[in-house]
Amino acid sequence: MVKNHSAIPSKDGVLVLRPTKGWANLNLRDLWQYRELIYFLTWRDIVVRYKQTILGAAWAIINPVVNMIVLEVVFGRLANMGSEGLPGPIFRYAAVMPWGLFSKALATSGRSMLSNRSMITKVYFPRLIIPIASVLGGVVDFLISFLVLLGMMFYWHVAPTVNLLALPLIIVLALTTALGVGLWLSALNVLYRDIGYILPVLTQLLLFVSPVGYSTSTVGGKWQILYSLNPMVGVIEGFRWAVLGITPGTVIPLWNLLAISVGVSLVILISGLFFFRRMERTFADMV
Amino acid sequence: MTDLAIRIEDLGKQYRIGASPQKYQTFRDTLVNFAAAPIRRIRKSLPIMNNDAQTIWALRHINFKVREGQVLGVIGRNGAGKSTLLKILSRVTEPSEGEVVIRGRVGSLLEVGTGFHPELTGRENIYLNGAILGMKRTEIDKKFDEIVAFSGVERFIDTPVKRYSSGMYLRLAFSVAAHLEPEILVVDEVLAVGDAEFQRKCLGKMSDVAQEGRTVIFVSHNMSAILRLTEETIVLDNGKLVFQAPTAEAVDFYMASGYQNIGERTWNPEEIPASANPFRPIALRILNHKSKVVDSVISSEPVTFEVEYALNKPIKGLRVGLYLMNMRGEFVFTTFDTDDLDTYDEFAIRDAGTYISRCMIPKDLLNEGRYVIGINASTYRVKRYFQDERALVFSVDGIGAPGKQWPEPRMGLIRPRLDWQIEKIGG
Repeated sequence: MVKNHSAIPSKDGVLVLRPTKGWANLNLRDLWQYRELIYFLTWRDIVVRYKQTILGAAWAIINPVVNMIVLEVVFGRLANMGSEGLPGPIFRYAAVMPWGLFSKALATSGRSMLSNRSMITKVYFPRLIIPIASVLGGVVDFLISFLVLLGMMFYWHVAPTVNLLALPLIIVLALTTALGVGLWLSALNVLYRDIGYILPVLTQLLLFVSPVGYSTSTVGGKWQILYSLNPMVGVIEGFRWAVLGITPGTVIPLWNLLAISVGVSLVILISGLFFFRRMERTFADMV
Repeated sequence: MTDLAIRIEDLGKQYRIGASPQKYQTFRDTLVNFAAAPIRRIRKSLPIMNNDAQTIWALRHINFKVREGQVLGVIGRNGAGKSTLLKILSRVTEPSEGEVVIRGRVGSLLEVGTGFHPELTGRENIYLNGAILGMKRTEIDKKFDEIVAFSGVERFIDTPVKRYSSGMYLRLAFSVAAHLEPEILVVDEVLAVGDAEFQRKCLGKMSDVAQEGRTVIFVSHNMSAILRLTEETIVLDNGKLVFQAPTAEAVDFYMASGYQNIGERTWNPEEIPASANPFRPIALRILNHKSKVVDSVISSEPVTFEVEYALNKPIKGLRVGLYLMNMRGEFVFTTFDTDDLDTYDEFAIRDAGTYISRCMIPKDLLNEGRYVIGINASTYRVKRYFQDERALVFSVDGIGAPGKQWPEPRMGLIRPRLDWQIEKIGG
């Protein structure tokens, strides 16, 4: 019989339910057994998203393009900030893509526990599935928005480099970061609905302290270390490096930016997982 | 010893309930309160500083065992802890103390159609709902046709469920749940919804499941369903297990329990939910033909039921009524004080004040046995102010009833004195 942790079926199918004290273990095996549910919930989010819209999946393109135009006008034309020698639109669009993945993941995972309240209070499944599925739900939009980038690369004759092979890793980093922050927000939002109000402001703020409209090299040298603690800095610069083949002219080499980003997002993810698991026992009672 | 499917030891579940809301007295207070609210709330939400947190035990010191293949009923009033018990067994929420040992895969049916998305088609929802209930994709593939056939919505399977009638929606939802094949099935009041046909189908499926030798824990308010489906039943009251016995005995215990004020039921202010306002029940009494409060009436004499209540504000279209049920929970009749058209017009608006609504049951109507009276105060399709389906219990003595010369029990809920004539037509 399992002695230390509750709610983990042992090999002979015996399940012991008892109050958990302190920090719960992550119980990733349970998560693995429910992997199909991750798939179904992700699929549901994607299928439902553009039902009864006229433009449908075209929104996955319109949104980032509009964002890119706004950023181009504000940072490129009005503030006259450089774009590492590339045309402004493509430079900014390459940042809008991972940024969009991240900000959408924050928004959906932040409210995910509340919007799935009816399931949480009626059926057991590993609760981690909900924020995970809501982060994954953005991947399809992200892939669709790639089409525009390809078009722009063709138009401005930006040839892909061998760096492109690293793109999947950068995407995984973006998703890890989004999931880490999403876990914190979704768990906190169950207890404090204030998160719902903080979230848009927080996202707005993060947009300005991430190199979406400008390059990290714009940030003054001594601030770059502090600046790069924002894990999206590594994600965005890494993304530009992978698809456009450019390296920002920063004091800190790109590799260090990436390493910091990986480190910070792992810290957020792991602490987020434990925090979520710790709060999980109260979800059904609080949500 | 036979194998145990579930063993529950000293199980308890504690909930925190917020402190009662304070009333704002002046505008100044309101402003001060408003400004101080965030600080107070933050302090309150930190467990250490939270001195005024109130907690209640929804369940406490629960011990029982369920054998493999046993069908166990759970009954109790609203708030007795039935749903909390099911939530713990289905792992939706954690116990606060004690432990539960479960052998086998648990499928829970606390609600049908959990996770159904209105924008998705019937087909898509079958897969989604199946996955939520813990079915594997291959399992759903295999049972898909069966699920669709059972639901009877074949023609609309590729239509978004938001276009379904509520009956179709329920049938499809139940159909998915019914094809779940766990070793232990935990079922809440799912049978309380839907039309008679749907309920019949649900009950049929439930008894199939029970006969297949699976372990079932079944919560219901429907005593005839409990009697039909379960062998043994536990009775919960106020978070405690108060009785465990073969179902017939448990149902009898439950229906008769908690009626200390014999022949009269009065309501204390704390028993009345806030939602009842402006209606406030005061008492329900049973009077014999000499206007004496009694707990036992004679079948061959008329009986009067009276409801005393107060209205703090006028209510338009209020009707105060009674249900009469036998001990198996089967309804004998339902009646309202404004059933009569003239009274209905006269009391179109009932002013604030204290009232008694009185209703006379003619002699020679009820059969011998024990009955339960329920009370309901509502406005048609607008609001139900108050309802207590088992407010008072009383017994009917058959002295002088028709056919009493034969000392045998008569079948039937009622025992009317009917006009028989015997005519000799030949020989």
